[in-house]
Formats: sequence, structure tokens, C-alpha cells
Amino acid sequence: MSRIGVFICHCGENIGRTVDCARVAQSLGDLPGVVHSVDYKYMCSDPGQVLIKQAIQEKNLDGIVVGACSPHMHEKTFRKAAASAGLNPFLCEMANLREHCSWIHEDRELATEKAIALGRFIVEKIKYNRPLSTIYIPVERRALVIGGGIAGIQAALDIADGGRDVILVEKESSIGGHMSQLSETFPTLDCSQCILTPRMVEVAQHPRIKLLAYSEVESVDGYIGNFQVKIRRKARSVDETKCNGCGECQKNCPNKKIPSEFDQGLGTRTAIYVPFPQAVPNIPVIDRASCALFRGRAKGVKKVVCGKCAEVCGRNAVDFDQQDSFVTEKVGAIVVATGYQLYSIGKSQELDILRGYGEYGYGTIPDVIDGLQFERLASASGPTGGKILRPSDGKEPKKIVFLQCIGSRDPAKGIEYCSKICCMYVAKHTMLYHHKVHDGKAVVFYMDIRAGGKGYDEFVRRAIEESHALYLRGRVSRLSRDGDVIRVQGFDTLSGEPVVINADMVVLATAMRPQPGIAALAQKLSVSYDQHGFLNEAHPKLRPVETNTAGVFLAGACQSPRDIPDSVAMASATASKVLGLFSKELLEREPLIARVDRMTCTGCFHCERVCPYGAVERKTLTDSKGRIIKVIAEVNQGVCQGCGTCQATCPSKSVELDGFTDEQIYAAVNAI
Amino acid sequence: MSDLFEPNIVAFVCNWCTYTGADLAGTSRLTMAPNVRIIRLPCTGRIDTLFILKAFERGADGVIVSGCHPADCHYTAGNYHARRRFAVFRELMEFAGIDPQRVTFSWVSASEGGKWAEVVNNATEQVRRLGPFQKYPSPAAHAGEIACKS
Repeated sequence: MSRIGVFICHCGENIGRTVDCARVAQSLGDLPGVVHSVDYKYMCSDPGQVLIKQAIQEKNLDGIVVGACSPHMHEKTFRKAAASAGLNPFLCEMANLREHCSWIHEDRELATEKAIALGRFIVEKIKYNRPLSTIYIPVERRALVIGGGIAGIQAALDIADGGRDVILVEKESSIGGHMSQLSETFPTLDCSQCILTPRMVEVAQHPRIKLLAYSEVESVDGYIGNFQVKIRRKARSVDETKCNGCGECQKNCPNKKIPSEFDQGLGTRTAIYVPFPQAVPNIPVIDRASCALFRGRAKGVKKVVCGKCAEVCGRNAVDFDQQDSFVTEKVGAIVVATGYQLYSIGKSQELDILRGYGEYGYGTIPDVIDGLQFERLASASGPTGGKILRPSDGKEPKKIVFLQCIGSRDPAKGIEYCSKICCMYVAKHTMLYHHKVHDGKAVVFYMDIRAGGKGYDEFVRRAIEESHALYLRGRVSRLSRDGDVIRVQGFDTLSGEPVVINADMVVLATAMRPQPGIAALAQKLSVSYDQHGFLNEAHPKLRPVETNTAGVFLAGACQSPRDIPDSVAMASATASKVLGLFSKELLEREPLIARVDRMTCTGCFHCERVCPYGAVERKTLTDSKGRIIKVIAEVNQGVCQGCGTCQATCPSKSVELDGFTDEQIYAAVNAI
Repeated sequence: MSDLFEPNIVAFVCNWCTYTGADLAGTSRLTMAPNVRIIRLPCTGRIDTLFILKAFERGADGVIVSGCHPADCHYTAGNYHARRRFAVFRELMEFAGIDPQRVTFSWVSASEGGKWAEVVNNATEQVRRLGPFQKYPSPAAHAGEIACKS
């Protein structure tokens, strides 16, 4: 490249104040290969861009360097200007004279010297720039939604209503997620099932949604617009095509005493079961760990121990020999909506950062329960039919103590973040309790009340003023059993007094945590996650539902603690992103990706091992007679994101990352 | 000020974290030593250790390598590969005739403008204390040294 133009911007006073722009322009103009070098007050302004365009055309420039602000600010602007003057946009580079020079130095002499050096690096680098052209890749216009909770349901419905096919994968036997377990929802107190189940049915009946319940994502290959997803369909032991959901098998299953996961262990279920009556799909699954027949098989008992369900099934749908099967789907975008689990203080050993709360007696005192268990007690379809009754003796509790921030905002024992929903659902619980037990008293221990949201603070006020919940600011140090009651020893920090309350029941508002197995899923998707396991968005403010892996989006509590309105809003946002992506037949990509030199590649595949995206493929080179010459690495243009780790690793220097080739970097380094 | 040795330091930084962090230092108007010149790369994973040797060969007195914090890499894992590479390279530096104190490795995220200013100032001070980088000793001189020792 021998006809380079240099354009130095004063940025008003921003650069000009500490950098002698005229001197920078003059000094860079003296470099070999530079045929045009000017300075101007505002390069990004319209007349500034005209200046650049005219110079490109008049002086026939084959590369331009703009010394101005950060490329993150205006690289696109100047590349566009270059393109409109007929110059390949990748022959335009920026030297950062503002953020990296004029704004951080005071000495004009030293700053000017540094500005010249920064400009020189880029002038030398651009001599080795190559014209690059935008890459176009085809898009498979179907989406995969992982997780069938409210976020996944909303995303799937929105995408499907937008006219695109959706595959919804749910690991449990029914969709619905945690929302289906809730009794009523804040801040309107409408019944959770009543608003959710119609949406679930809509999913099942939508012609564009393929629901794969009781399934998990096994592996993900490919890239935006072209993912191949392998899905494991776990063996239900019931043929989905035959079962009509009559429920005879459940009625006749002799094993009826299994704690129900859906009822959080407060109710029971059978070994062949649907988690709840409104399940979608309404097809039972056999819990092989509890089923007598499968336990017999596992022990090697020859005689068939049970088989009642198969006997009573009129459609021969029960299939004890069913195996896990796999399906592979091609999709163009993936929405992750895996949701949350509650921090279980009874199982604190699972994560060493969680030290647990042995002093709260969870799991040892039966009447100490968590928030979801209270939801099940309050739910009309719950194990008590909506009556608030103590798990230990079935009596109505006359005094319930609610403890907030169990696990949350407690770096010493739990996790430092705020779980966001607990303030609201505890207020809701006090109201539900007041509505059901009129003479009952609810006491809440809280750290702060965080009720940001439409109608949220008013809701908490109603709990206090209308439902007469007693809110005490402070923490509880110990829960102990005292005969029939639970002794709650706490401290009211506002009065400065220790408090002892004899409660009939204690509800712990435990923290929200990501689903178990989230790290494994994140690795399959190449999505990063934070120290707690919540998946990372691409930008916390400006790209909240995208991830750094193009084509993978986040909805709901897999990203951070979210309530239902937030999750639904995020889900609709992902749907709009997905539909936007699917509105094009071809995707545009920046061409800053790696290339392999076929001649020098020795096929050691170090690049394949270090590539974070699996973009390196093996290609067999043959001669004209079909004899294999060698197997070399080839970069899949759609998958490569352009990090360049392969190039730095390649022992034979056969990989080049366009835009940051060795020639370009060494040219810049040589200009020191 | 003028009699002080002003070292020439090159910084190889990743585009997403440290480069953006350095931008933030600029927008926050944090004043720092003017000795560090940044070369932008997509990821620390792209940084060939030969870049560092080349920089010294071409007259740099010090080098900074900085990228995203572990687990924060824009490309998921590029910085882990870089970390491994530099763990090995550190051992080789002395062998190559470079005082390891001349090379600063750090993690600076896009939100750590203040930390970037600190890294720049500390590296400048450190290299200033060490004085100008003397080119690799010639084999003959080196041989003489060994001979004297034995």
C-alpha cells in the first residue's frame, strides 16, 4: 500500500488542547507511503467526512488513517465514509488520539510525541491491510427454546406467532416451570395457574411449536443461523403417541407414598405420575427409581414384581423397555430460559461458597419451610387444598414468622446478590395468610424492603396496613423447637431490642439460584456465566438479552433473579431479536476471521484444541486422482469469531487472522 | 522531570476489556504517564509471545500485556490460553536476556479505567527504575561472562 492518507482530528478542543495536531499531521505526512496528511477541527462532522471522501478520490488513496477518538466510537463512521468514496472499508483504520492520549496527559510536548507514535503504528499497520468483503451466511429460520417455564413459554409463543417454527425443550415431564407451583402472584394476587395454564395449552396446540417435554439438550454444534442441536428424549416408559392421559395407571399404581416434587415434598404422588393435573403434555412418566418393577429389575429379580399400570392401560401405552432416544434439530437461534432453583439450606454442602444455616433447623424442624412450600400450602390445588396447615401436625398456625434474605445478601454464609423477588413474595404470603387465617399473625424479619416496580411498594404497604403484618427490621440468630412451637430469637434493630417470638411455623425466603447443570449447558452453548452460575448477557445495559455467542439469547431467571413480569418482558425481547434475525435470508458478518494457509498447514490441529468455538474443521486434501495428500485445518467462516488464539498457537504460522495478521502487528511493533 | 529517564513501553491489549477500560480512563480524564503506547488486538489469546520479544528488539524498554479477567473473556477462553502461554513465557524471559520485571501482565476489565491508570503508572515507574533496556548481550560477551564465572 503506497498511497496512504492521514486525517488528524482536533475534536474541537478535545484533542487539540494537549496535542499539536498540525505537527502530528506533518510528522506522519513525512512517513514513506503517506501521500496526503491533513488536520481538521471535526473529522466526524459532515464537512470532515467530505474532506476524507474528496481526498480518497482526488489523490487515489488506497488506505486511510484517521487519528481521532476511540475506534469503538467512530470506526464505523469512517469506514462507511471510506466505502462511500469507493475504498474498501477495511482499508480504513483509526489511531486513538483522544481517549488514549489527549484526555489522559497534560504535557503538550509528550502528548504530541505519543500521538505521533500512535499514528505511526497505524500507518505502518495499514500498509499490510487487505481489502476484505462482508461474509454472508444462510439462516435456518427455526428457533430452539430451552426451558418451558413462563419465560420459555412466552418466547416460544411470540416466535411462533411471528410465523417461525419453534422447538421447545423441557427437562421435566410437563411445561409450566415454577410459575405453575405458585398460588397467587404479586402485585395483583391473580391466580397463577389461571393465567398460566391457558398459555401452556396454547403451546401444546400451536401448529408452529414442537414441544419436546422430558428432554434435555445433549450437544450444540454450529453457529448463528446454523446450529445443530442434539436432544436427548428421556425414556418416559410411556408411549406419547398412544397415551391419551386418562389417568387409570396413576389410580392403580400401588406405590402412592412418594414425596411429590411438585408439592415440594409436602404431598405425595405415585410412581407413574403427572406432576400436576393440568400438566402439558398430560402424559405420565414412570419414576424408575421408585417403581417396584424397575427396582426389581435393577436388583436382578427375574419375576415381574408389578406392572399394574400396563395391565390397566387400555391403549397399551406403558412401555417398560423404552430407552432414551436422540433427535437432531437444525435451528438458527437459541433462547435459553432455564430459570432458577431455590437455595436449599438443607443441602448446603453442594456448593462450598454456601455455608448454610444450621441454626435455622431446616429439614430438622418440620414446621420450618421455604417460600415455595408455602406457595403449595396456599395453593387451591396444593396438598392441603389451599388451607394453611402445619406439616408436622396439620394444625392451623396462628403465628407465622417469615425470614427474608436467607442466603441472599449474605457473603459470609450465602451469596452476596439480592434475590429480588423475596420482599414481594413474603408480602404476598402475609396477605394470603391473613386472607385464610383471619386471627393469625404474620411477623416478617427483613433487612431492607426492596419493592421497586409498578404497584410493588403499594403492595407491601397493603400487607403491613391492611393485612397487619408486623415487619421487624433485623435478623434472626436461632430457631429452636420448644415443645409445640418454634422459638425465634432475633433482634429488632430499629428499637435496639432482642426479640423472642414463639411461632407455629417459620417460612424462609431462600435465595434464587440458577438451575443445577447450568454450567454444563453454558459450556455447550459457549456462553459465559458469572461466579454464581447466572449466564452473562452481552452488555448489561444495551444488550441485555443477547449473549456474546451470536444467535444465543437469554430470557428469565437464568440470567439473574427475575420476577414474572421481568421474565416475560425478557422473553418477548428475545423473541423480537430472534424474529429480527429471521427476517433476513442471509446474515452479514464482519470478515475479521481466521484463514488457514493450505500450503504450510501441517495438520497438527493445535488450533482445533484452542478454538473456543469449535470453528476449526478437518479437511482432507486429495490430488486429481483422489489420493490423499494431507489432512489440514480449515476455519468455518460462520463459526469463527476472530479471537486469533489459533494464530498465536499455530507452530507453523499457517493461520492468519484478517485485520490482525502477523504482518500487520509486526509492522506496528517495528514502528516503535 | 527532564533528566528522568522516559521509558518507551508498548501495551498489547485486548479489544473488549482492556482497550475499552483504557477508553474509560480517557473519558474519566484520569491523568497517567505518557510512556505507554497501546497496540490493539482482538484478544489476549491472539498475542504471540514473539510480539513481546520483537518489541524489545525494536527498542521498547517495557511491555504490558493485559486483557479480560479470567472467566470474562469476550471469546470465552482466549485469555486462559494467553495465561498458560505467558506462564511458560515468563520462565523463558530471563533466558532470552529480559528482566521479567520489564513485562507486566494484568487483567483490566472494561469498567476498570482506574486500574488501567494504575497499571500504566506502576509499569512506567518500574521500568524507569530498571533503566533503558540493553539489547541482548552479544554471544561473545556472554561467553566471556561464563568463562569468568568458571
